[in-house]
Amino acid sequence: MLKNFLQMRLKGLVVLAVIVLLLPLFFNNPFHYDLATQIAIFAATVVGLNLLVGFAGQISLGHAGFFGVGAYFSAVMTGTYGWTPLPTMLVAAVVVALLAWLVGRPILKLKGHYLSMATLAMGFIIAIIINNEGWLTGGPDGMSVAPFSIFGWELSSFNQYSLFGIEFGGDVAWYFFAGFLLLVAVWIAENIIDSPIGRALRSVHGSEIAARVVGVDTSYYKSLVFVVSAVYASLMGSIYAHFSGFITPHLASFEQSIVLITMVVLGGMASTFGVILGAVVLKLLPQVLADFQELEMMMFGLILMLTMIFMPKGLFPTLQNKLAERKRKKSEEQA
Amino acid sequence: MFAEFIQYLFTGITIGATYALIALGFTLIYNSSHVINFAQGEFLMIGGMATVSFVGMGLPMPVSIVLAVLLAGVIGICLQRFAIAPAKKADVVTLIIITIGASIFIRGVAQLVWGKQYHVMKNFSTDKPIHAFGAVLNSQSFWVVGIGAILVVALVLFFSRTMTGKAILATSMNKDAARLVGIRTQMVLMLAFMLSALLGSIAGIIVAPITFTSYDIGIMLGLKGFVAAALGGLGSGVGAIVGGLLLGIVEAMTAGYISSDYKDAVAFSMILLVLFFMPRGLFGSRVVERV
Repeated sequence: MLKNFLQMRLKGLVVLAVIVLLLPLFFNNPFHYDLATQIAIFAATVVGLNLLVGFAGQISLGHAGFFGVGAYFSAVMTGTYGWTPLPTMLVAAVVVALLAWLVGRPILKLKGHYLSMATLAMGFIIAIIINNEGWLTGGPDGMSVAPFSIFGWELSSFNQYSLFGIEFGGDVAWYFFAGFLLLVAVWIAENIIDSPIGRALRSVHGSEIAARVVGVDTSYYKSLVFVVSAVYASLMGSIYAHFSGFITPHLASFEQSIVLITMVVLGGMASTFGVILGAVVLKLLPQVLADFQELEMMMFGLILMLTMIFMPKGLFPTLQNKLAERKRKKSEEQA
Repeated sequence: MFAEFIQYLFTGITIGATYALIALGFTLIYNSSHVINFAQGEFLMIGGMATVSFVGMGLPMPVSIVLAVLLAGVIGICLQRFAIAPAKKADVVTLIIITIGASIFIRGVAQLVWGKQYHVMKNFSTDKPIHAFGAVLNSQSFWVVGIGAILVVALVLFFSRTMTGKAILATSMNKDAARLVGIRTQMVLMLAFMLSALLGSIAGIIVAPITFTSYDIGIMLGLKGFVAAALGGLGSGVGAIVGGLLLGIVEAMTAGYISSDYKDAVAFSMILLVLFFMPRGLFGSRVVERV
């Protein structure tokens, strides 16, 4: 049973790795790489958010705030103060972890809609500060960000690289780097889910009082997963800032928080691969709908609404169930 | 000094009255179905925009207002019927996303019909400002506060004197028991959404001459209404009114005395602070969680 389970988990990770490796076969211009890199970064962010929303059952309508703090911390420190990107990113993550812990303790005592309200308020406050402190953040006009570098090796979309005699552009390098980060993010998340922490989180989701009765320190675990998901967002925010080279306060906005939570719910709560699918769909949909021009917004709302009404569990779990059902029917027919 | 204070206070009460009406809409829907309707702000947008365009077609103002309110009511019923009712077994977050999807859809349609530009609505009565206590007041402010007060009184009478109102109250207290005594709870849910839409659209119409109106004003107004409702305590009518007025006044005071850039930040900090100490808002009822 356990062996089976481990195999299944590894299988998912391997499938994801193969997809990441093979996707470039379908890419034929830098725009595709750019979009795929963005999707990978957002997918990694929502894999973290899913720990909080899908597994612990706590709603956050302000997660873009953490994403924004990570992005702006990296941008300001590397740009204005000349710090090196990688350590800066880690310092940003520590700052966000502290912030999330401080805010999380009192906030996570709240239930249901009050928790939504509080996280929404927190996200809004962060976005307003980023918007208004123009001397530091460039205000609504945004600011440019230095390229990423690992131990002195610069990673920029505009550079050319060569490895084993193969020449490739910076956009390709970024794509594989982001894909690698996504795999690491999934691997860590899957490990957390199968650890005692993950079990504690699921017990909180089931019934918080029951969990407390059997001795789970629910408020500790809730704060912990809040911090973990905030750190995911912060790290990916930093990465996104370096990748895109230019950031605006929109990254931290309420709309962006809604996009993140929609990725989780649309793809399938409590399913790591589901939320990745959610990120893919939500990032691709506007590209597809862009052809419809002024109809775009209406169609986006309609698709979102209809999907959630008819697949309340999300895309991935619904498709999974359908496949399983078909398999069962087939085996029944054979018997 | 005093004149300044009165000025800010009046601004605060005017916008606060609007927030209170939105919050009452939230409360109505929350009580009957436990859904937080993120499309609530769109009812305000529909009210204001539809009135402007009916007037533009040459209809007299009162007729335009009635038509706009009816339109919002129909959309409210459709929202319940076609978006909320089919998904009754969904999670809280899923319902939130559904109402957000609905609000994006409504906004998208509004953008198609009315365009992206700002629309201006004339004051109900004179355009001349009114001087009182040294402050300069927009005559429309009196309409906002007056109509807001009338609506609140009407709601109180509706819930305490009419059979339909009592049926809504009964359903919000215990759905199964309500069904047992013969209340058609599905009807009640539709009615609650319709009432909420009526309230929202009226709020949108009376405030439109002051704030102007455009297809995307619903997002922020809806959120402010949610803040007001949570501040007062979800599900409490008194809470919604107090929360709305308090929020409006605090915002106006912050904008006047501190910085208008940070008026929203102060409003959101206030809700955080209140929730830290009173996790169910100012007037929220204590609910025991069943295991």
